[in-house]
Amino acid sequence: MTATREGATFASGTATDPAMAPHNMTLTLRIWRQRGPADKGRMVTYQVEDISPDMSFLEMLDVLNEKLILAGDDPVVFDHDCREGICGSCGLMINGTAHGRGTSGGPTTTCQLHMRKFKDGDTIDIEPWRATAFPVIKDLSVDRSALDRIIQSGGYISAPTGTAPEAHSILVPKKDSDAAFDAATCIGCGACVAACPNASSMLFTAAKVSHLGLLPQGQPERNERVVNMVAQQDREGFGGCTNIGECSAACPKGISMENISRLNHDLLGALRAGARPKS
Amino acid sequence: MPLDLFTVGDPIADTKAPMDVPIGERWSTRRFRARLVNPANRRKLTVIVVGTGLAGGSAAATLGEAGYKVKNFWFHDSPRRAHSVAAQGGINAAKNYRNDGDSVHRLFYDTVKGGDFRSRENNVHRLAEVSVNIIDQCVAQGVPFAREYGGLLDNRSFGGAQVSRTFYARGQTGQQLLYGAYQALERQMAAGTVEQFARHEMLDLIVIDGRARGIVARNLITGEVSTHFADAVVLATGGYSNVFYLSTNAKGSNATAIWRAHKRGAYFANPCYTQIHPTCIPVKGDYQSKLTLMSESLRNDGRVWVPKERGDTRDPRDIPEGERDYYLERIYPAFGNLVPRDIASRQAKNVCDEGRGVGPGGLGVYLDFGDAMKRLGRPAIEAKYGNLFDMYAQITGEDPYETPMRIYPAVHYTMGGLWVDYDLQSTIPGMFVIGEANFSDHGANRLGASALMQGLADGYFVLPNTINDYLADGPFEKVDDSHPAVAEALQEVQGRVQKLLSINGNRTPASFHRELGRLMWDLCGMERSEESLRKALDRIPEIRQEFWTNLKVSGDENTINPTLEHAGRVADFIELAELMCVDALHRAESCGGHFRAESQTPEGEALRDDENFAYVAAWEWTPEGAPPVLHREALEYEYVHLAQRSYK
Ligand SMILES: Cc1cc2nc3c(=O)[nH]c(=O)nc-3n(C[C@H](O)[C@H](O)[C@H](O)COP(=O)(O)OP(=O)(O)OC[C@H]3O[C@@H](n4cnc5c(N)ncnc54)[C@H](O)[C@@H]3O)c2cc1C
Ligand code: SF4
Ligand code: FES
Repeated sequence: MTATREGATFASGTATDPAMAPHNMTLTLRIWRQRGPADKGRMVTYQVEDISPDMSFLEMLDVLNEKLILAGDDPVVFDHDCREGICGSCGLMINGTAHGRGTSGGPTTTCQLHMRKFKDGDTIDIEPWRATAFPVIKDLSVDRSALDRIIQSGGYISAPTGTAPEAHSILVPKKDSDAAFDAATCIGCGACVAACPNASSMLFTAAKVSHLGLLPQGQPERNERVVNMVAQQDREGFGGCTNIGECSAACPKGISMENISRLNHDLLGALRAGARPKS
Repeated sequence: MPLDLFTVGDPIADTKAPMDVPIGERWSTRRFRARLVNPANRRKLTVIVVGTGLAGGSAAATLGEAGYKVKNFWFHDSPRRAHSVAAQGGINAAKNYRNDGDSVHRLFYDTVKGGDFRSRENNVHRLAEVSVNIIDQCVAQGVPFAREYGGLLDNRSFGGAQVSRTFYARGQTGQQLLYGAYQALERQMAAGTVEQFARHEMLDLIVIDGRARGIVARNLITGEVSTHFADAVVLATGGYSNVFYLSTNAKGSNATAIWRAHKRGAYFANPCYTQIHPTCIPVKGDYQSKLTLMSESLRNDGRVWVPKERGDTRDPRDIPEGERDYYLERIYPAFGNLVPRDIASRQAKNVCDEGRGVGPGGLGVYLDFGDAMKRLGRPAIEAKYGNLFDMYAQITGEDPYETPMRIYPAVHYTMGGLWVDYDLQSTIPGMFVIGEANFSDHGANRLGASALMQGLADGYFVLPNTINDYLADGPFEKVDDSHPAVAEALQEVQGRVQKLLSINGNRTPASFHRELGRLMWDLCGMERSEESLRKALDRIPEIRQEFWTNLKVSGDENTINPTLEHAGRVADFIELAELMCVDALHRAESCGGHFRAESQTPEGEALRDDENFAYVAAWEWTPEGAPPVLHREALEYEYVHLAQRSYK
């Protein structure tokens, strides 16, 4: 039984499958190559052939990298892991838009962008997130640890393990819990920063401030949270928010600008109440 | 069994669970009897935690709060990216909020039975007890679980359970639970109790005088290989499904940490127990880099079918009802489309083997929402499954509202892992293993929504209690790089890195990984036979040999080099694959996710052999060339009586 299908597992949609072959594409890629933080970096042009429309964008880059490795060249470094749009690892500027929004027709993660959105003969520009707070590590991989430090500065509820009351002792209106969930779906990819002309992390921070601030459990630390997280953004070198909205338009999780209004409202309230950031 | 493949050593047993009291009192008794460490001494004790998933993140945060000095390592850039983030469906807990007859005992019973009587009763009972605390803890942290209009938590029934005990956060439960743990962890990092080592990969375990005393890790950005010491080491590095290359795991998920620990003396239990999930998006082509799961909940409304005739390539919408075979409903009239994962997967394989599979390569079956759309209307389907339908459309370019989805099974979870006792301590004193990386709670088959429960149970509640008993003997003698065992481990890791870079052959790590994965899928996948496993065991050493002589890794060791990382992981997968096949071969019974062709009922259902195989197979590594040694841990069932599963 096993034998009858042995070998069939991977056989489909390849150049050897005549049904697929006519649709496969040849593309020109212009990719940002940078050896390390000290290197200036440059765009380098590559050709890739036989790209199936069913491939994901990252699978297309895999094809290129396999070729580069065999040729003894340095493969292109990019971050990725889950490849299903949830871990937030991937993030490329594709033809000048974060996660390739301009190509896909709507916000998505880079790993969920598929090659059927491109045409045979296209030239595609691929660059890293660009922001002072996201230094390039190599090629397309950047250091986003600044986002973790924003969470460290207050993006939590202090609930030491084992001290929690019975879950049903805290009632949360469905409306609030749904809104908190929507904000909590931010995957920390940094596309909002990359898309913002000011390289501001406001949408990311606002998503966490909203998530926790909308819940009864999040009230005790609400004022300190917002002032400290906002102060940390500044320390990390992110730009200020001028309400342009590019962040939300690029966000693969649909985090809305409403969250930024909530943050501003909370911040004002906190400052009025005398809350000041820890130095 | 042929003695050339393995030898049999002494039996092994858990000695930590207090057997002198009834099962419901064992966990509290163990906690009471375990020694404590007073708060002033905790600051003098260092614990290394490798991993930041549900298991590692919750453990590191909790141990930090408790006052230990924690060093936390992970290979991702941020702790929030651990693969737990991808879990969709939900987490079980015996809260009985629905008043539908659930209880700790029922969750315990279901899990032992679901695991096909290959797990330990004591561990499973504790898991069920602790499950209720997990929900309390997560709610306190602000995890936004789904709620009802009255503000209470919502529950659903999941994975064929007859009670509604699954808590969920839309289709993103793992993400929300992980962020809860991640935020608690970041809080401890800010407080200075947890030191962070991001983008560090553990490449070896340091064992001194029989105790785990540290790890060797490589900084993935600078390439620097360094040693780190502690009084205890906790591994929470996840599962090894990627031995199959294609799985629902993330690209970076690996077996390296547990495999290196195995080679340093930790027994590996039940490596062949793999879970194959029935509802994944089928493979499209050679370039395929991973598989995507579609939540099991789809089977609540979708009907699974294939054409009655083989080779029927008509558009599914043109195939009349009478020419469709709703094979799950036909074979299992009682459970229909809701049969457990292993059964749904195997039957999909069977119909494809008969030549009735659909889509490219004939490796797919339909999951059809046509009836549900008629019965409930499109808006209801959208509300329930909208995000899954969108994901399907994005990946396949097909509209599942218009045409049936195509699905096929994929490797999803590994029940096997490092052997641990009731304290979650491995056979190396001082090394603890939690989450998917250990073997302990799911037997031969894991029930839906119970991995998240186990990861958090281990990390928040079990380990932080049991590890004290070990640390009460510390702090242990100071060690540094001058110790011969440390120098040896360091040299070995550095030597390996050099070796991988210097072979300069003609095949990439991915090419070897693909070959290994396909071999494992074909020969040690949904169905195994003595013949297929022997074939695999003939072939794997050849792959290993070629790997070490014909591998090509470009780039250098002093910068971020994902090809080099991948090569090291593939080298370990090749060795692990061999042990998986030996384990699968020696277990000449079918149980849970392990279906042996020779062991089936006349109707073709899995046939367990309790007489000969009611044990945990714990494997000991022996130095190069010698076969592994099997240690059996006998399983006894005091509270749940051994019975064959039946879903007819
Ligand atoms: C798509 C999908 C859906 C799922 N859905 C559900 C569900 O609905 N319900 C359920 O109960 N379960 C589900 N599961 C299973 C469950 O998600 C996992 O079993 C569980 O999350 C594993 O958690 P973990 O903490 O053990 O490991 P992981 O979350 O995988 O974390 C591993 C950690 O270890 C680190 N690491 C690994 N190797 C090394 C190394 N060598 N050096 C340093 N660090 C290392 C990683 O960086 C990471 O931080 C699902 C699994 C998948 C893949
Ligand atoms: S707000 Fe959106 S774009 Fe910004 S980090 Fe979160 S998910 Fe990414
Ligand atoms: S790789 Fe995880 S979100 Fe893209």
